[in-house]
Amino acid sequence: MDNLTFGLTMLIVGMGGTLLTLYVLTLVITAITRLFPADKAGARRD
Amino acid sequence: MLEAILAGLSALSEGVRFLSTQGGPNLVMLGIAGVMFYLAVAKGVEPLLLLPIAFGCMLVNLPLSEVMSHEGVLRTFYDMGIGNELFPLLIFVGIGSMTDFSPLLANPRLLLFGAAGQLGIFLTLLLALALGFSRESAVAVAAIGACDGPTVIYVSNLFAGLGKIPEAMVGSLAVAAYSYMALVPIIQPPIMRLLTTKKERQTPMPPVAGRVSPTALMVFPIVVTVITGIIAPKGLPLMGMIMLGNFIKVTGVAGRLAKASENEIANIATLFLGLAIGGTMLGTDFLRKETMLVFALGLVAIVIDTVGGLLLGKLWYLLSGGRINPLIGAAGISAYPMAARLVQNEGQRWDKQNFLLMHAMAANTGGQIGSVMAAAIMLSVLKGLGVI
Repeated sequence: MDNLTFGLTMLIVGMGGTLLTLYVLTLVITAITRLFPADKAGARRD
Repeated sequence: MLEAILAGLSALSEGVRFLSTQGGPNLVMLGIAGVMFYLAVAKGVEPLLLLPIAFGCMLVNLPLSEVMSHEGVLRTFYDMGIGNELFPLLIFVGIGSMTDFSPLLANPRLLLFGAAGQLGIFLTLLLALALGFSRESAVAVAAIGACDGPTVIYVSNLFAGLGKIPEAMVGSLAVAAYSYMALVPIIQPPIMRLLTTKKERQTPMPPVAGRVSPTALMVFPIVVTVITGIIAPKGLPLMGMIMLGNFIKVTGVAGRLAKASENEIANIATLFLGLAIGGTMLGTDFLRKETMLVFALGLVAIVIDTVGGLLLGKLWYLLSGGRINPLIGAAGISAYPMAARLVQNEGQRWDKQNFLLMHAMAANTGGQIGSVMAAAIMLSVLKGLGVI
Protein backbone atom coordinates (compact mmCIF):
# COMPACT_ATOMS: atom_id res chain seq x y z
CA MET A 1 0.00 0.00 0.00
CA ASP A 2 1.46 3.38 -0.99
CA ASN A 3 1.43 6.39 1.30
CA LEU A 4 -1.43 8.13 -0.50
CA THR A 5 -3.68 5.08 -0.20
CA PHE A 6 -2.65 4.74 3.45
CA GLY A 7 -3.42 8.42 4.16
CA LEU A 8 -6.76 8.35 2.39
CA THR A 9 -7.71 5.12 4.16
CA MET A 10 -6.94 6.74 7.50
CA LEU A 11 -8.90 9.86 6.51
CA ILE A 12 -11.98 7.99 5.36
CA VAL A 13 -12.05 5.27 8.01
CA GLY A 14 -10.70 7.49 10.78
CA MET A 15 -12.87 10.56 10.23
CA GLY A 16 -15.85 8.49 9.15
CA GLY A 17 -15.44 6.15 12.10
CA THR A 18 -15.17 9.04 14.55
CA LEU A 19 -18.25 10.74 13.12
CA LEU A 20 -20.23 7.51 13.09
CA THR A 21 -19.22 6.56 16.62
CA LEU A 22 -20.12 9.96 17.99
CA TYR A 23 -23.44 9.86 16.14
CA VAL A 24 -24.17 6.49 17.77
CA LEU A 25 -23.24 8.03 21.11
CA THR A 26 -25.68 10.92 20.59
CA LEU A 27 -28.45 8.35 20.10
CA VAL A 28 -27.31 6.42 23.16
CA ILE A 29 -27.16 9.57 25.29
CA THR A 30 -30.64 10.54 24.13
CA ALA A 31 -31.85 7.08 25.12
CA ILE A 32 -30.13 7.31 28.52
CA THR A 33 -31.65 10.70 29.31
CA ARG A 34 -35.11 9.44 28.33
CA LEU A 35 -34.66 6.23 30.27
CA PHE A 36 -33.51 8.12 33.35
CA PRO A 37 -35.38 11.42 33.20
CA ALA A 38 -34.56 14.12 35.67
CA ASP A 39 -36.89 14.58 38.59
CA LYS A 40 -37.28 17.87 40.35
CA ALA A 41 -35.56 16.76 43.53
CA GLY A 42 -32.48 14.95 42.24
CA ALA A 43 -31.67 16.63 38.95
CA ARG A 44 -28.68 18.80 38.16
CA ARG A 45 -29.34 21.93 36.18
CA ASP A 46 -26.63 22.22 33.57
CA MET B 1 50.51 15.31 44.56
CA LEU B 2 50.42 18.33 42.27
CA GLU B 3 49.55 16.04 39.38
CA ALA B 4 46.65 14.60 41.32
CA ILE B 5 45.34 18.08 42.15
CA LEU B 6 45.63 19.13 38.50
CA ALA B 7 43.83 15.95 37.41
CA GLY B 8 41.08 16.70 39.91
CA LEU B 9 40.74 20.29 38.72
CA SER B 10 40.78 19.09 35.13
CA ALA B 11 37.87 16.78 35.90
CA LEU B 12 35.93 19.71 37.37
CA SER B 13 36.47 21.75 34.23
CA GLU B 14 35.37 19.01 31.83
CA GLY B 15 31.89 20.47 31.63
CA VAL B 16 33.16 23.88 30.58
CA ARG B 17 35.47 22.30 28.03
CA PHE B 18 32.60 20.24 26.63
CA LEU B 19 30.43 23.33 26.28
CA SER B 20 33.16 25.31 24.54
CA THR B 21 34.07 22.56 22.09
CA GLN B 22 30.91 20.64 21.25
CA GLY B 23 28.19 22.17 23.40
CA GLY B 24 26.43 24.27 20.74
CA PRO B 25 23.22 22.20 20.65
CA ASN B 26 23.21 22.02 24.45
CA LEU B 27 23.47 25.80 24.74
CA VAL B 28 20.61 26.26 22.27
CA MET B 29 18.46 23.84 24.28
CA LEU B 30 19.34 25.62 27.53
CA GLY B 31 18.13 28.79 25.82
CA ILE B 32 14.90 27.02 24.83
CA ALA B 33 14.48 25.85 28.43
CA GLY B 34 14.90 29.49 29.48
CA VAL B 35 12.19 30.58 27.05
CA MET B 36 9.86 27.89 28.42
CA PHE B 37 10.57 29.08 31.99
CA TYR B 38 9.73 32.62 30.91
CA LEU B 39 6.50 31.59 29.17
CA ALA B 40 5.38 29.48 32.12
CA VAL B 41 6.30 31.93 34.89
CA ALA B 42 5.82 35.36 33.32
CA LYS B 43 3.07 34.59 30.82
CA GLY B 44 1.27 31.74 32.59
CA VAL B 45 1.48 29.46 29.54
CA GLU B 46 0.60 25.92 30.69
CA PRO B 47 2.89 26.26 33.75
CA LEU B 48 1.95 22.87 35.18
CA LEU B 49 3.48 21.17 32.18
CA LEU B 50 6.01 23.67 30.87
CA LEU B 51 7.87 24.10 34.16
CA PRO B 52 8.78 20.41 34.62
CA ILE B 53 9.40 19.97 30.87
CA ALA B 54 11.74 22.97 30.85
CA PHE B 55 13.52 21.75 33.97
CA GLY B 56 13.97 18.28 32.49
CA CYS B 57 15.26 19.90 29.30
CA MET B 58 17.76 21.93 31.32
CA LEU B 59 18.92 18.90 33.31
CA VAL B 60 19.55 16.74 30.26
CA ASN B 61 21.38 19.47 28.36
CA LEU B 62 23.83 20.46 31.05
CA PRO B 63 27.26 19.25 29.90
CA LEU B 64 28.05 15.59 30.57
CA SER B 65 24.66 15.14 32.23
CA GLU B 66 23.81 11.53 33.05
CA VAL B 67 20.17 12.08 34.00
CA MET B 68 18.94 10.19 30.93
CA SER B 69 21.66 7.57 30.88
CA HIS B 70 21.04 4.06 32.15
CA GLU B 71 19.68 4.39 35.71
CA GLY B 72 19.73 8.19 35.49
CA VAL B 73 16.91 9.88 37.39
CA LEU B 74 14.98 11.08 34.32
CA ARG B 75 15.51 7.74 32.59
CA THR B 76 13.95 6.11 35.65
CA PHE B 77 10.93 8.44 35.42
CA TYR B 78 10.73 7.74 31.68
CA ASP B 79 10.80 3.98 32.09
CA MET B 80 8.47 4.17 35.07
CA GLY B 81 5.66 6.06 33.37
CA ILE B 82 6.27 7.11 29.80
CA GLY B 83 7.76 3.97 28.32
CA ASN B 84 4.82 1.96 29.59
CA GLU B 85 2.18 4.72 28.95
CA LEU B 86 1.28 4.96 32.66
CA PHE B 87 1.57 8.72 33.27
CA PRO B 88 -0.67 9.91 30.40
CA LEU B 89 -3.30 7.42 31.52
CA LEU B 90 -3.15 8.60 35.14
CA ILE B 91 -3.59 12.16 33.89
CA PHE B 92 -6.64 10.98 31.97
CA VAL B 93 -8.18 9.70 35.22
CA GLY B 94 -7.76 13.22 36.58
CA ILE B 95 -9.18 14.83 33.44
CA GLY B 96 -12.22 12.57 33.63
CA SER B 97 -12.73 13.50 37.23
CA MET B 98 -12.50 17.22 36.42
CA THR B 99 -14.93 17.09 33.48
CA ASP B 100 -18.63 17.81 33.83
CA PHE B 101 -20.54 16.02 31.08
CA SER B 102 -23.98 17.30 32.13
CA PRO B 103 -24.14 20.05 29.42
CA LEU B 104 -23.44 17.34 26.84
CA LEU B 105 -26.11 15.05 28.24
CA ALA B 106 -28.58 17.92 28.07
CA ASN B 107 -27.62 18.59 24.41
CA PRO B 108 -26.38 15.28 22.98
CA ARG B 109 -26.57 16.39 19.34
CA LEU B 110 -23.74 18.88 20.00
CA LEU B 111 -21.45 15.87 20.40
CA LEU B 112 -21.14 15.89 16.62
CA PHE B 113 -19.03 19.04 16.84
CA GLY B 114 -16.55 16.86 18.69
CA ALA B 115 -16.14 14.81 15.52
CA ALA B 116 -15.77 17.81 13.20
CA GLY B 117 -13.12 19.18 15.53
CA GLN B 118 -10.89 16.21 14.70
CA LEU B 119 -10.64 16.97 10.99
CA GLY B 120 -7.18 18.43 11.56
CA ILE B 121 -5.84 15.07 12.69
CA PHE B 122 -6.62 13.30 9.46
CA LEU B 123 -5.79 16.09 7.00
CA THR B 124 -2.50 16.74 8.79
CA LEU B 125 -1.73 13.06 8.50
CA LEU B 126 -2.03 13.35 4.73
CA LEU B 127 0.12 16.48 4.72
CA ALA B 128 2.81 14.87 6.87
CA LEU B 129 2.94 11.86 4.56
CA ALA B 130 3.30 14.21 1.59
CA LEU B 131 6.20 15.92 3.35
CA GLY B 132 8.03 12.62 3.66
CA PHE B 133 7.30 11.56 7.22
CA SER B 134 7.11 7.83 7.82
CA ARG B 135 3.61 6.49 8.44
CA GLU B 136 4.14 6.16 12.18
CA SER B 137 5.73 9.62 12.46
CA ALA B 138 2.91 11.11 10.38
CA VAL B 139 0.29 9.59 12.68
CA ALA B 140 2.16 10.82 15.76
CA VAL B 141 2.40 14.36 14.34
CA ALA B 142 -1.24 14.31 13.27
CA ALA B 143 -2.23 13.40 16.82
CA ILE B 144 -1.40 17.00 17.80
CA GLY B 145 -4.71 17.76 16.11
CA ALA B 146 -6.37 15.95 18.99
CA CYS B 147 -5.46 19.11 20.92
CA ASP B 148 -4.84 16.89 23.87
CA GLY B 149 -1.35 16.49 25.36
CA PRO B 150 -1.74 13.10 27.03
CA THR B 151 -3.23 11.62 23.83
CA VAL B 152 -0.25 12.86 21.81
CA ILE B 153 2.20 11.42 24.32
CA TYR B 154 0.30 8.13 24.48
CA VAL B 155 0.23 7.68 20.70
CA SER B 156 3.78 8.88 20.01
CA ASN B 157 5.27 6.86 22.82
CA LEU B 158 3.52 3.76 21.57
CA PHE B 159 5.47 4.15 18.33
CA ALA B 160 8.69 5.08 20.15
CA GLY B 161 8.37 1.92 22.24
CA LEU B 162 8.09 -0.12 19.06
CA GLY B 163 11.18 1.62 17.67
CA LYS B 164 9.11 3.18 14.85
CA ILE B 165 9.91 6.80 15.74
CA PRO B 166 12.89 8.31 17.61
CA GLU B 167 12.46 8.83 21.34
CA ALA B 168 13.38 12.52 20.96
CA MET B 169 10.33 13.01 18.76
CA VAL B 170 8.07 12.27 21.75
CA GLY B 171 9.53 15.37 23.41
CA SER B 172 9.05 17.65 20.43
CA LEU B 173 5.50 16.38 19.90
CA ALA B 174 4.60 16.91 23.54
CA VAL B 175 6.02 20.42 23.64
CA ALA B 176 4.28 21.30 20.36
CA ALA B 177 0.96 19.88 21.59
CA TYR B 178 1.01 21.73 24.90
CA SER B 179 2.28 24.94 23.31
CA TYR B 180 -0.55 25.04 20.80
CA MET B 181 -3.12 24.11 23.44
CA ALA B 182 -1.95 27.17 25.34
CA LEU B 183 -2.12 29.25 22.17
CA VAL B 184 -5.72 28.29 21.35
CA PRO B 185 -6.97 31.73 22.58
CA ILE B 186 -4.70 33.36 20.00
CA ILE B 187 -5.25 30.85 17.17
CA GLN B 188 -9.03 30.45 17.24
CA PRO B 189 -10.66 33.92 17.38
CA PRO B 190 -9.29 35.20 14.02
CA ILE B 191 -10.48 31.99 12.32
CA MET B 192 -13.92 32.36 13.94
CA ARG B 193 -14.23 35.90 12.56
CA LEU B 194 -12.88 34.94 9.16
CA LEU B 195 -15.26 32.04 8.60
CA THR B 196 -18.49 33.45 10.02
CA THR B 197 -20.60 36.49 9.18
CA LYS B 198 -21.68 39.03 11.78
CA LYS B 199 -25.25 37.77 11.45
CA GLU B 200 -24.15 34.19 12.11
CA ARG B 201 -22.10 35.23 15.14
CA GLN B 202 -25.12 37.06 16.56
CA THR B 203 -27.41 34.04 16.24
CA PRO B 204 -29.13 33.76 19.62
CA MET B 205 -29.12 30.42 21.37
CA PRO B 206 -31.94 29.74 23.81
CA PRO B 207 -30.99 29.05 27.44
CA VAL B 208 -30.35 25.38 28.11
CA ALA B 209 -33.55 24.14 29.67
CA GLY B 210 -32.60 20.53 30.06
CA ARG B 211 -31.98 18.83 33.37
CA VAL B 212 -29.88 15.72 33.80
CA SER B 213 -30.59 13.03 36.35
CA PRO B 214 -27.75 11.72 38.52
CA THR B 215 -28.53 8.20 37.26
CA ALA B 216 -28.03 9.28 33.64
CA LEU B 217 -24.72 10.89 34.61
CA MET B 218 -23.63 7.61 36.20
CA VAL B 219 -24.75 5.40 33.33
CA PHE B 220 -23.07 7.64 30.73
CA PRO B 221 -19.38 6.80 31.45
CA ILE B 222 -20.11 3.08 31.64
CA VAL B 223 -22.02 3.02 28.35
CA VAL B 224 -19.43 5.17 26.55
CA THR B 225 -16.61 2.91 27.75
CA VAL B 226 -18.40 -0.24 26.60
CA ILE B 227 -19.45 1.10 23.18
CA THR B 228 -16.14 2.78 22.30
CA GLY B 229 -14.18 -0.18 23.69
CA ILE B 230 -16.05 -2.54 21.38
CA ILE B 231 -15.57 -0.26 18.35
CA ALA B 232 -11.89 0.63 18.93
CA PRO B 233 -10.32 -1.65 21.55
CA LYS B 234 -6.81 -0.21 21.00
CA GLY B 235 -8.04 3.05 22.52
CA LEU B 236 -9.71 1.45 25.50
CA PRO B 237 -6.99 2.53 27.96
CA LEU B 238 -7.50 6.19 26.95
CA MET B 239 -11.30 6.25 27.02
CA GLY B 240 -11.44 3.82 29.94
CA MET B 241 -9.32 6.03 32.18
CA ILE B 242 -11.24 9.24 31.36
CA MET B 243 -14.53 7.52 32.04
CA LEU B 244 -13.18 5.88 35.19
CA GLY B 245 -12.29 9.30 36.60
CA ASN B 246 -15.68 10.67 35.64
CA PHE B 247 -17.55 7.65 37.03
CA ILE B 248 -15.78 7.95 40.38
CA LYS B 249 -16.80 11.60 40.55
CA VAL B 250 -20.44 11.33 39.50
CA THR B 251 -21.28 8.39 41.73
CA GLY B 252 -20.56 10.67 44.67
CA VAL B 253 -19.75 7.71 46.91
CA ALA B 254 -15.97 7.85 46.64
CA GLY B 255 -15.18 11.49 47.28
CA ARG B 256 -11.66 10.71 48.44
CA LEU B 257 -10.86 8.89 45.21
CA ALA B 258 -12.37 11.69 43.14
CA LYS B 259 -10.32 14.29 44.99
CA ALA B 260 -7.18 12.20 44.71
CA SER B 261 -7.77 11.73 40.96
CA GLU B 262 -8.21 15.46 40.41
CA ASN B 263 -5.33 16.49 42.63
CA GLU B 264 -2.63 14.14 43.88
CA ILE B 265 -2.71 11.54 41.11
CA ALA B 266 -2.97 14.03 38.24
CA ASN B 267 -0.39 16.36 39.80
CA ILE B 268 2.22 13.71 40.55
CA ALA B 269 1.80 12.14 37.12
CA THR B 270 2.04 15.58 35.49
CA LEU B 271 5.26 16.42 37.34
CA PHE B 272 7.03 13.16 36.49
CA LEU B 273 5.67 13.14 32.93
CA GLY B 274 6.90 16.67 32.33
CA LEU B 275 10.36 15.95 33.70
CA ALA B 276 10.70 12.76 31.66
CA ILE B 277 9.48 14.47 28.48
CA GLY B 278 11.95 17.28 29.06
CA GLY B 279 14.61 14.59 29.45
CA THR B 280 14.05 13.48 25.86
CA MET B 281 14.94 16.96 24.57
CA LEU B 282 18.68 16.44 24.21
CA GLY B 283 20.05 19.07 21.83
CA THR B 284 21.72 16.71 19.37
CA ASP B 285 18.48 14.74 18.96
CA PHE B 286 15.98 17.61 19.21
CA LEU B 287 17.51 20.25 16.93
CA ARG B 288 16.54 18.75 13.60
CA LYS B 289 14.56 19.83 10.60
CA GLU B 290 11.83 17.35 11.61
CA THR B 291 11.25 19.22 14.87
CA MET B 292 10.51 22.44 12.99
CA LEU B 293 8.15 20.52 10.72
CA VAL B 294 6.44 18.98 13.76
CA PHE B 295 5.73 22.46 15.13
CA ALA B 296 4.50 23.73 11.75
CA LEU B 297 2.24 20.73 11.20
CA GLY B 298 0.91 20.97 14.76
CA LEU B 299 -0.25 24.52 14.07
CA VAL B 300 -1.84 23.41 10.79
CA ALA B 301 -3.67 20.60 12.62
CA ILE B 302 -5.23 22.90 15.19
CA VAL B 303 -6.22 25.47 12.56
CA ILE B 304 -7.94 22.75 10.50
CA ASP B 305 -9.69 21.43 13.64
CA THR B 306 -11.17 24.87 14.21
CA VAL B 307 -12.13 25.22 10.54
CA GLY B 308 -13.79 21.78 10.61
CA GLY B 309 -15.90 22.67 13.64
CA LEU B 310 -16.90 26.05 12.21
CA LEU B 311 -17.82 24.58 8.82
CA LEU B 312 -20.09 22.02 10.49
CA GLY B 313 -21.55 24.91 12.49
CA LYS B 314 -22.25 26.85 9.31
CA LEU B 315 -23.83 23.82 7.67
CA TRP B 316 -25.99 23.28 10.74
CA TYR B 317 -26.91 26.98 10.73
CA LEU B 318 -28.12 26.65 7.14
CA LEU B 319 -29.98 23.38 7.66
CA SER B 320 -31.67 24.58 10.86
CA GLY B 321 -32.80 27.84 9.33
CA GLY B 322 -30.41 29.91 11.43
CA ARG B 323 -31.11 28.35 14.81
CA ILE B 324 -27.57 27.17 15.61
CA ASN B 325 -24.79 29.67 16.21
CA PRO B 326 -21.87 28.36 14.12
CA LEU B 327 -19.32 29.70 16.60
CA ILE B 328 -20.19 26.73 18.82
CA GLY B 329 -18.44 24.49 16.31
CA ALA B 330 -15.08 26.02 17.26
CA ALA B 331 -15.49 24.50 20.73
CA GLY B 332 -15.46 20.96 19.31
CA ILE B 333 -11.80 20.49 20.23
CA SER B 334 -10.31 18.97 23.32
CA ALA B 335 -8.91 22.14 24.93
CA TYR B 336 -11.36 22.12 27.84
CA PRO B 337 -12.81 24.47 29.02
CA MET B 338 -10.71 27.07 27.19
CA ALA B 339 -12.36 26.59 23.78
CA ALA B 340 -15.85 26.90 25.29
CA ARG B 341 -14.93 30.14 27.05
CA LEU B 342 -13.53 31.55 23.83
CA VAL B 343 -16.82 30.85 22.04
CA GLN B 344 -18.73 32.53 24.87
CA ASN B 345 -16.45 35.59 24.71
CA GLU B 346 -16.65 35.80 20.94
CA GLY B 347 -20.45 35.48 21.00
CA GLN B 348 -20.79 38.22 23.62
CA ARG B 349 -18.49 40.45 21.65
CA TRP B 350 -21.18 40.67 18.97
CA ASP B 351 -24.27 40.42 21.16
CA LYS B 352 -24.05 41.09 24.88
CA GLN B 353 -27.30 39.22 25.50
CA ASN B 354 -26.14 36.02 23.82
CA PHE B 355 -25.02 33.29 26.20
CA LEU B 356 -23.31 30.47 24.35
CA LEU B 357 -21.32 29.01 27.24
CA MET B 358 -23.40 25.93 28.08
CA HIS B 359 -23.84 24.99 24.43
CA ALA B 360 -20.12 25.48 23.88
CA MET B 361 -19.33 23.39 26.97
CA ALA B 362 -21.40 20.57 25.47
CA ALA B 363 -19.43 20.80 22.21
CA ASN B 364 -16.17 21.08 24.15
CA THR B 365 -16.76 17.92 26.20
CA GLY B 366 -17.79 16.35 22.90
CA GLY B 367 -14.36 17.41 21.63
CA GLN B 368 -12.72 15.60 24.51
CA ILE B 369 -14.58 12.40 23.69
CA GLY B 370 -14.03 12.96 19.95
CA SER B 371 -10.27 13.43 20.28
CA VAL B 372 -9.84 10.26 22.30
CA MET B 373 -12.15 8.40 19.94
CA ALA B 374 -10.24 9.61 16.89
CA ALA B 375 -6.95 8.45 18.42
CA ALA B 376 -8.51 5.14 19.39
CA ILE B 377 -9.88 4.58 15.89
CA MET B 378 -6.53 5.52 14.34
CA LEU B 379 -4.71 2.98 16.50
CA SER B 380 -7.26 0.29 15.75
CA VAL B 381 -7.10 0.97 12.02
CA LEU B 382 -3.28 0.90 12.17
CA LYS B 383 -3.48 -2.47 13.87
CA GLY B 384 -5.89 -3.65 11.20
CA LEU B 385 -3.48 -2.50 8.48
CA GLY B 386 -0.60 -4.28 10.21
CA VAL B 387 1.34 -1.05 10.85
CA ILE B 388 1.47 -1.68 14.61
